[in-house]
Amino acid sequence: MQMKVLVPVKRVIDYNVKVRVKADGSGVDLANVKMSMNPFDEIAVEQAIRLKEAGKAEEVIAVSIGVKQAQETLRTALAMGADRAILVIASEDVNTDIEPLAVAKILKAIIDEEKPGLVLAGKQAIDNDMNATGQMLSALMGWSQGTFASSLDIDGDHALVTREVDGGLQTIKVTMPSIITVDLRLNEPRYASLPNIMKAKKKPMDEKTAADYGVDVTPRLQVISTAEPETRKAGEIVGSVDELIAKLKEAGAV
Amino acid sequence: MAVLLLAEVTDGELAMDATAKAVTAAATLGDVTVLCCGASAAAAGDAASKIKGITKVLVAEDASLGHRLAEPTAALIVSLAGDYEHIVAPATTDAKNVLPRVAALLDVMVISDVSAVVSSDTFERPIYAGNAIQTVKSIDPKKVVSFRTSTFDAAEEGGSAPVETISAVANPGLSEWVEDKVAASDRPELTSAGVVVSGGRGVGSKEDFAMIEKLADALGAAVGASRAAVDSGYAPNDWQVGQTGKVVAPALYVAVGISGAIQHLAGMKDSKIIVAINKDEEAPIFQVADYGLVADLFEAVPELTKKLS
Ligand SMILES: Cc1cc2nc3c(=O)[nH]c(=O)nc-3n(C[C@H](O)[C@H](O)[C@H](O)COP(=O)(O)OP(=O)(O)OC[C@H]3O[C@@H](n4cnc5c(N)ncnc54)[C@H](O)[C@@H]3O)c2cc1C
Ligand SMILES: Nc1ncnc2c1ncn2[C@@H]1O[C@H](COP(=O)(O)O)[C@@H](O)[C@H]1O
Repeated sequence: MQMKVLVPVKRVIDYNVKVRVKADGSGVDLANVKMSMNPFDEIAVEQAIRLKEAGKAEEVIAVSIGVKQAQETLRTALAMGADRAILVIASEDVNTDIEPLAVAKILKAIIDEEKPGLVLAGKQAIDNDMNATGQMLSALMGWSQGTFASSLDIDGDHALVTREVDGGLQTIKVTMPSIITVDLRLNEPRYASLPNIMKAKKKPMDEKTAADYGVDVTPRLQVISTAEPETRKAGEIVGSVDELIAKLKEAGAV
Repeated sequence: MAVLLLAEVTDGELAMDATAKAVTAAATLGDVTVLCCGASAAAAGDAASKIKGITKVLVAEDASLGHRLAEPTAALIVSLAGDYEHIVAPATTDAKNVLPRVAALLDVMVISDVSAVVSSDTFERPIYAGNAIQTVKSIDPKKVVSFRTSTFDAAEEGGSAPVETISAVANPGLSEWVEDKVAASDRPELTSAGVVVSGGRGVGSKEDFAMIEKLADALGAAVGASRAAVDSGYAPNDWQVGQTGKVVAPALYVAVGISGAIQHLAGMKDSKIIVAINKDEEAPIFQVADYGLVADLFEAVPELTKKLS
């Protein structure tokens, strides 16, 4: 079966950056900070490209919703091997995070137009740590959902999805079309080669706005404040196993 | 105000610790009704009825509700939603699978991984792997919330809430269960254990990971792992502690051969006492450890195990 695959990719602070809370409590400092594609979304893009390479997908479409700068994230997806991209501008301000519900509504509108057979999303965005968009989109579409996938095997009108869950691994069979959210162990995403980065510049990128899809992105969760978590102080370095045991006994821990 | 709490039920059995911790958080919001569902759920319902501070237990048994599939479970919750202002659950992988689906069907936002309840519409939640704590106020008519269990104490047992049986709703029939791969273990469960011993990439192999398990056994502890240890095949995925694994806050956490990346710290930095064993004195884990031992783990761990046994 040949189908289009839609991959939503989010622009987030790079996972290596030490996040700083702004002194006035208004949020996290995003000025002059390295931004990258959400790591889970790289895995989703990789999986979509592999499906195309295996002849199971005909086209991979990357979508990002947020500020104009998200086009860089989309270029990365194109350089990895996505065929085209859709940028949906939903905010002018880099400090505004578009909530999963609004993202899911925009994605639904795109699905209604593009009619993909599969959506591969990340399990979680590492900025808001919400872990919600795929499940919400699946609800809005009335499609099956296979979340936290560490293995995916598509076979005609259904797919086998192995999911990383609290108790271990669960395998389910979902009906296609489906929304799959990917976990870290699904694959190792490729790096974009220089020639592919050059080629990506010529690949098509549509620019839309949330209003084009008639979606109201007003947040349902008003951010009252953002605070630094309680920090732990480094304790002491002990010189030996015996000293460690003595300290733990003293603290009543063993 | 009424709260519907989705109990954590796996193969007919109630996960008491996770459910009772969510009850503590939910009880601050209103009268708590606990929903136990599954292919069999009556025994879980009886167990849940003993949690103190709840008003009622609903039991829904149906083959379609077995194996915790999201679509039929969400459909059931949505059918009950009219009576409740809050729909909540412990933030387990099952709840994270189901609750956002429920929220979208109700056209409300989900509020994931809440670490503190400020008021009935305002909640604290960690973002950026716990590097910031955000306070959010929901303007939605219903609040769909998962609670991070590591930050709430379990409600006591000794109650006797009435149990009511309800029927399932039509199964959307979108997915089917195939199999579970669950490793049986006599050790305490990771998220409720009082002591956790975790191993990282430094342990070096699956065989040597047995050393971590021996130390855990000497301490009556659960075993955890870093993502690198799981990715390398030293440990199963359900042992992973961190931003994208489990969040634990035991009385004692022992990190062995773990560097202390923020994504790992996200899952353990609220532990009461942290011990780190690492041969690199510059390892970031020492910045959060109460007691650090700069040593080769292949010497220190067997010695520690022997002296504690
Ligand atoms: C999106 C995302 C999500 C992630 N989620 C998680 C998560 O949930 N949990 C998680 O843990 N990580 C997570 N990570 C990965 C994280 O960034 C780190 O890569 C990981 O935690 C490193 O694991 P480690 O400390 O075992 O390995 P390393 O960083 O390689 O550290 C190994 C340590 O072992 C020490 N060592 C080596 N040999 C010895 C010896 N003989 N004796 C003593 N010490 C020794 C070394 O000094 C070193 O400090 C995530 C990453 C991303 C991008
Ligand atoms: N603004 C966005 N643009 C594109 N994709 C998104 C956006 N927000 C979330 N997603 C997708 O949804 C996944 C889960 O995000 P979240 O529900 O926010 O944790 C991400 O990994 C992305 O695949």
